[in-house]
Amino acid sequence: MALSVDSALYRWQRLGAKSAPQTVSESTPLLFSVRDRLKLNLNKWRIVFSNNGRQQRGWDQASRFYSGNKIQTTKYTWLTFLPKNLFKQFHRLANLYFLFLVVLNWFPQMEVFHREITMIPLIVVLLASMIKDAIEDYKKYQFDKKINSSKSRVYDKKDHAYVEKCWKDVRVGDFVQLQCNETIPADILLLYSSDQNGICHLETANLDGETNLKQRRVVMGFSSQNTSFEPEFFQNTIICEMPNNDLNKFKGYMEQPNHERIGFNIENLLLRGCTIRNTEVAIGIVIYAGHETKAMLNNNGPRYKRSKIERRMNVDIFLCVGLLFTMCLVGSIGHGIWSGSFPEHPPYDVPDENGNFLSPVLSGFYMFLTMIILLQVLIPISLYVSIELVKLGQVFLIHNDIDLYDEEADLPIQCRALNITEDLGQIQYIFSDKTGTLTENKMVFRRCTVDGHEFSHQENAKRLETHKELDLEDEDFAKLQQFTLPQMNIERPATYQRTMRPLRRSQSARAHFQGHTRSRSLGRRDSNQSQVAFSSTIEKDVTPDSRLLRRVREAALRTENLSPFIHMKTATSFTDFFLALAICNTVVVSTTTEPRQRVTVPPPIKPSGITLEKIHQIFQRLKLVSLSQSFSSSQSSSDLGASFSAKNTEEHLATLDCCDNDDSCCDSSRGAGLQDKSSTDFGSASLDEVFQSVTHGTLPTDFCYEAESPDEAALVYAAQAYSFTLVSRTPEQVTVRLPQGTLLTFDILYTLGFDSVRKRMSVVVRHPLTKEIIVYTKGADSVIMDLLEDPADTNAERRMKRIKDKTQKHLDYYARDGLRTLCIAKKVLSEDDFQKWANFRQEAEAAIDNRDELLMETAQHLETKLTLLGATGIEDRLQDGVPDTIAALREAGIQIWVLTGDKQETAVNIAYSCKLLDQRDTVFTINTENKETCESKLFGFIPTSLPASEIPGPEFGLVIDGRTLDIILQGGLEERFLELARLCRSVLCCRSTPLQKSIVVKLVRRQLKVMTLSIGDGANDVSMIQAADVGIGISGQEGMQAVMASDFAISRFKHLKKLLLVHGHWCYARLAKMVIYFFYKNVCYVNLLFWYQFFCGFSGNTMIDYWQMIFFNLFFTSLPPLVFGVLDRDVSAETLLSLPELYKNGQNSEIYKLSTFIITMLDAFYQSLVCFFVPYLAYKDSDIDVFSFGNPINTVSLLTIILHQALEMKTWTLFHWITIIGSVVIYLTFSLIYNAVCVACNPPTDPYWIMEKQLSEPAFYLVCLITPAIALLPRFEYFIFALRGTFGASLLLKAQQLDKLPKGQRDCEIQKLRSRKQATSDAPVASAAPNEDLDQRNSHFLSSGIASPGQDSGNLTKGKAKNFNCGSHRRSVSAVTL
Amino acid sequence: GGGAVKTRKPDNTAFKQQRLPAWQPILTAGTVLPAFFIIGLIFIPIGIGIFVTSNNIREYEIDYTGIEPSSPCNKCLNVSWDSTPPCTCTINFTLEHSFESNVFMYYGLSNFYQNHRRYVKSRDDSQLNGDNSSLLNPSKECEPYRTNEDKPIAPCGAIANSMFNDTLELYHVENDTRTAITLIKKGIAWWTDKNVKFRNPTGDGNNLTALFQGTTKPVNWPKPVYMLDSEPDNNGFINEDFIVWMRTAALPTFRKLYRLIERKSNLQPTLQAGKYSLDITYNYPVHSFDGRKRMILSTISWMGGKNPFLGIAYITVGSICFFLGVVLLIIHHKYGNRNTSADIPN
Repeated sequence: MALSVDSALYRWQRLGAKSAPQTVSESTPLLFSVRDRLKLNLNKWRIVFSNNGRQQRGWDQASRFYSGNKIQTTKYTWLTFLPKNLFKQFHRLANLYFLFLVVLNWFPQMEVFHREITMIPLIVVLLASMIKDAIEDYKKYQFDKKINSSKSRVYDKKDHAYVEKCWKDVRVGDFVQLQCNETIPADILLLYSSDQNGICHLETANLDGETNLKQRRVVMGFSSQNTSFEPEFFQNTIICEMPNNDLNKFKGYMEQPNHERIGFNIENLLLRGCTIRNTEVAIGIVIYAGHETKAMLNNNGPRYKRSKIERRMNVDIFLCVGLLFTMCLVGSIGHGIWSGSFPEHPPYDVPDENGNFLSPVLSGFYMFLTMIILLQVLIPISLYVSIELVKLGQVFLIHNDIDLYDEEADLPIQCRALNITEDLGQIQYIFSDKTGTLTENKMVFRRCTVDGHEFSHQENAKRLETHKELDLEDEDFAKLQQFTLPQMNIERPATYQRTMRPLRRSQSARAHFQGHTRSRSLGRRDSNQSQVAFSSTIEKDVTPDSRLLRRVREAALRTENLSPFIHMKTATSFTDFFLALAICNTVVVSTTTEPRQRVTVPPPIKPSGITLEKIHQIFQRLKLVSLSQSFSSSQSSSDLGASFSAKNTEEHLATLDCCDNDDSCCDSSRGAGLQDKSSTDFGSASLDEVFQSVTHGTLPTDFCYEAESPDEAALVYAAQAYSFTLVSRTPEQVTVRLPQGTLLTFDILYTLGFDSVRKRMSVVVRHPLTKEIIVYTKGADSVIMDLLEDPADTNAERRMKRIKDKTQKHLDYYARDGLRTLCIAKKVLSEDDFQKWANFRQEAEAAIDNRDELLMETAQHLETKLTLLGATGIEDRLQDGVPDTIAALREAGIQIWVLTGDKQETAVNIAYSCKLLDQRDTVFTINTENKETCESKLFGFIPTSLPASEIPGPEFGLVIDGRTLDIILQGGLEERFLELARLCRSVLCCRSTPLQKSIVVKLVRRQLKVMTLSIGDGANDVSMIQAADVGIGISGQEGMQAVMASDFAISRFKHLKKLLLVHGHWCYARLAKMVIYFFYKNVCYVNLLFWYQFFCGFSGNTMIDYWQMIFFNLFFTSLPPLVFGVLDRDVSAETLLSLPELYKNGQNSEIYKLSTFIITMLDAFYQSLVCFFVPYLAYKDSDIDVFSFGNPINTVSLLTIILHQALEMKTWTLFHWITIIGSVVIYLTFSLIYNAVCVACNPPTDPYWIMEKQLSEPAFYLVCLITPAIALLPRFEYFIFALRGTFGASLLLKAQQLDKLPKGQRDCEIQKLRSRKQATSDAPVASAAPNEDLDQRNSHFLSSGIASPGQDSGNLTKGKAKNFNCGSHRRSVSAVTL
Repeated sequence: GGGAVKTRKPDNTAFKQQRLPAWQPILTAGTVLPAFFIIGLIFIPIGIGIFVTSNNIREYEIDYTGIEPSSPCNKCLNVSWDSTPPCTCTINFTLEHSFESNVFMYYGLSNFYQNHRRYVKSRDDSQLNGDNSSLLNPSKECEPYRTNEDKPIAPCGAIANSMFNDTLELYHVENDTRTAITLIKKGIAWWTDKNVKFRNPTGDGNNLTALFQGTTKPVNWPKPVYMLDSEPDNNGFINEDFIVWMRTAALPTFRKLYRLIERKSNLQPTLQAGKYSLDITYNYPVHSFDGRKRMILSTISWMGGKNPFLGIAYITVGSICFFLGVVLLIIHHKYGNRNTSADIPN
């Protein structure tokens, strides 16, 4: 229901009417055009007028409408702080409860405490939060101020020049001039760039942490205006979408005065917070400012999750409320009966102010409310505050763990969610991404197949082996690096000095816990390694396969020597293959010598004057270099010779893309005539040309490739190894140097970017020699294989089929080897077809609605009938310590699922290598597209495997792919699937989409009611991370999206081990015990007051002074549980790591569950009974007064409560001692001082001299000695018997005992313990029994297979039976893929 | 500087890495055994000591409420606050054993809830502390015993208003001759109460009548506060009977110190065994709320009055601990080594 134009117009008029009486005038010509041509909805679109005086009226109206660039992240101002903050705080239920009590206490009928005293807890809590908020807000205010007052050059319409303005004064519609390394003040539409191609480079590290540069383009039509941009003449009106937080989407168009529209998208938008790089000057118009910028809209605070313990706790709090209600009811009924039992009013029944007495019923009702006030502490409100404090402490300690610190990236663990630390100790299911999480996501080119021929690249494999060894010896590695890359070391620090400052500043503008940027520290020795994205030496250096190299050279030579139009099919396949590798990507080239200087054109040709001797010298050098590289010298020199001798041919053939020093570029490849011209023009320079290219060839480190995905970079480096060097890339052109040194410049006609739906990318280029329009496509094999052309003539068809089959075979082999596979294909388009398609594409690009769908459609339209060139296998190395970590987590009882988008074979292979699957495991594989078969399979597996699960025999693994998952999820087979999955040790979901990942996580979490953890590193894992109870992001190679969405961000997978096994265990144990203790403490203490009601006519009186009572919770007993919650350590980290089984303690919620809660409650009741009745019996029928009676009770309960805590503590550090003893000392000191000083300061009940008097009486000490002893005796017993158990000592206790042993002995004991356990678990495997069992199961399978419909299940069982009969070491039950 | 490169590497300190030196006690039979024996060995002697001490205390108690029709005080059962002339009665009793040391004379009340919430609060401590403004303008807490006929009540409040006002006199009866026993009425209140917490209002001169000018007596009182006693240092707010009453009892059955009987000489017991009579001026009505009134004579020990509970408790707990110790010892010897595995010493 889009608003009509008229209503939009009306809105503008109304806005305008406020400022000026005359409404629509000639100054807003746009509106007429809008009326004529557009259906514009102002709720959907934003209209931006330029602030240059030309659209003054429009701008005036709009600027009022759009937010300015001033940011205010603060919540309060000086004036609004108090009311706003209070309002916010009273949204919390706890505070409302307090308030309710305060109000209740205000009524004289129910006044238990002084009105003021009841307010103390509330005021303390409010004040504490208020101070915290105020400090936070002030910090934010200062940040804002700093940001707001940073300077930027903005066009001033009066001065007709750019003037310096504060960021906060920048308005929508302003023209902003940006210099290199400047931070962008707002979201700006790029209108001009000093770059002649209209490109502006951005570093988005502040936004998403990615350090590789991104390209932004000047809006189409403006790029041609090479002359400097004059804001004064800008007359266009910009229409774009409303502000949103999608960093990757933006669309809109520019309306020219002649009603022509120019579309633009995210490619043209400079985002606030990013830094301009490599571009001298850029000018743009502000589209979104301030809080409407995409960066600010993305700026969310830390996440708030509720942990399992807290959920459990909330239930128990309701139990407490029930308890409170019961106690109040007892009090109220008791009081009613008591006061009704007197025939006349006794002297101690005091009437109200007017001398009237209440009826027993009414006074009973009042007593109910009074009791609520009295027993308020039963609801442990302080628990919330304490838990928050404890979690802060826990987070601090986790954050500071040196074992979770990554040296390489200089990153400690980041705890982004502050309140789910203990969830780490209760994880039952881990969902992990594979790439970048289990593996390093450092892609290394391993092997390739071209034209059906496989090239194994054994030299490369060898090199990688040695590299691994080097990797272990860090120091040596560093030296080696310095040795091989001297110039990098010299250059880099300087670069960094320059780039660091603005980077840091804007980084601080982000919210506190988002500061997970990857800015590297200065001068670190490994900084040069990881500085440029995806270009560590291991990825860059690819040792070419000698066989392939020879083939490539031959092919290249043939192409050069023969006419380019007569193709040898194989020869072009090779060149095409490598050309595709070099071209078909979005890799950006930069040199290493200049600070991140982008290479957009081949280096300028130096003036001639180079003698032949010099060239000879160069060749000498070249030889040496080639020698040092691993291919043979003879070969390289001959190649070079060939390329040199071929220079004359080149003159005719090669398109020489060249530039003069004065920047007037001759765009040679635009037309044939131009080509002729250039070849004649630069014929004389051809020698230098060769010289140039050759020198470049000798120094492969000259270029740095910055890719969006590491695969791309790996492929480009691979192409480079075969001398197909990507030299430069602009949006329009890409230049590749061929092995001969020829520079080929392709016109890029279109780039169809990669997306996860198509799973492929394509570039459409015009070949400079043949003028053919070629589509190079690169993508997942499953997709590409389906798009291949079926050639008409049978001969070619057979050939193609052979190649396809062979390649598929190789691909399968690669996948089995754990390599990531990509297929490379090409297609030659006829000019007509291309024109047709191009028109279609243009239409799609100009479309506003469903543009994305249209673009997708056009892309799919193009990527058909491809010719297969070959395929590549890229290795993604397993991260350090992954198998070990997985084994440990597995031992800890955690089920691990891997959800990956990778191919099944690749994933299975990685799963074996990281010990996710064991060779002994029985692996079920389900690949089907048919619901029935899927169901029958699930059905077939389950019943037979059920009995097996009871015996610790061979374990099960489940492999499932995305399509099958879809069927399961849509077909209502979830339960069956989970039933099966639960039996499996590990589950592998391949080829799954991000959506599927999150659905699976949610499914498991909801249906099985288990604690889940998701870990991933890429944007595709975000939904999965968010779906799980605990989301962990790996700050790896793929940007920051995962980290931003996560609760904890780590840098290596192996850190998960300590995070869960040690910190998780500790946090859970600490917090669970603390929560239980808090319940105990409050119930125990409050019950003392309750028991007293039976002796004071249920009048709601207390025997303890109010202050001492309030301070009891606030000061005297608050610190020990806090210290306990932060620092207690039941078992040492070493033991926890070496005995992962200890994790099960938290997993099964053994510390805090209903039974322990009830036991603790009963214990609390018992202890409070003891603490009340021992003093009662001791002082019964004596002349004891109220406070003298309460004082020993208070004291003994304090001692009991503190000693109870002491019993819980497993470690006594200095802090523990100080707080335990300190609490008692503080109590005594306070009581002594208070009782001595306060004569009449607390009317009407002053506890004057009580403590002093009692301390002089032996009876007091006797009571204080025996009461805790009686109170804690059962607990003592409980501890001993529960921990020892009649069934033998628990593992936890054993571990605690182990901790006390000296290190060597402890290791020895742990070894023994583990080996004993292994022996018991392995025993059945060793025996013959399970094998029989398996056979039996087989027959089950068979019978179920026959019964179930569909022939595949028959296949399945056959396959299985065969597998079993073979008795292969890997007993994999693999179903036949459909 | 080049060396001071700031990294985000956490400090490798014992605290941050959670490696603080710590004592790690483990509760096992082995470690707890000694504790049980020690507790047992300490508690049992203490318990015996307390028990013996408590048993050595002499105590004698008479209920003079007069519920039973045979009681001499039965006639006074229905007195009211302002009955004139006061009802008197005499109760005779016999002490079987002599009281050797100083004797404390208590009056005891039962079912009297001096700890009722509103009752406890119905007082003005600053008035009792001698604050002149509070004297004439007592705290609101005293309502409805704050003013009477527009005059402030001194002392105000329900506690003061309901002050115990029976008079007890003790006679030793020997051969039908009644010898009055000297009852000392000073020194029964806490020293700090008498000297710090309770003070008469200050002003010109020491004439209490003048100082309490403008106030009126509590409703139930026969006489104003400045006529409680003849001696000036025991009159007004610092009258010790008054102070004792104002220290509200913790439990509904309580006793309050009434008088002291000092031992005269080392040769004679304070109260020798024999016949005694107690003269009671019965003013205080308790019948309406089923209250009881008692007179208690008691000697005291180092740990207060007679109370066998603590002694028994100590002996019991001590025994239990000892017993548990033995049980644990047996468990430890029989099963301990097997369970915790011989190779892990405790």
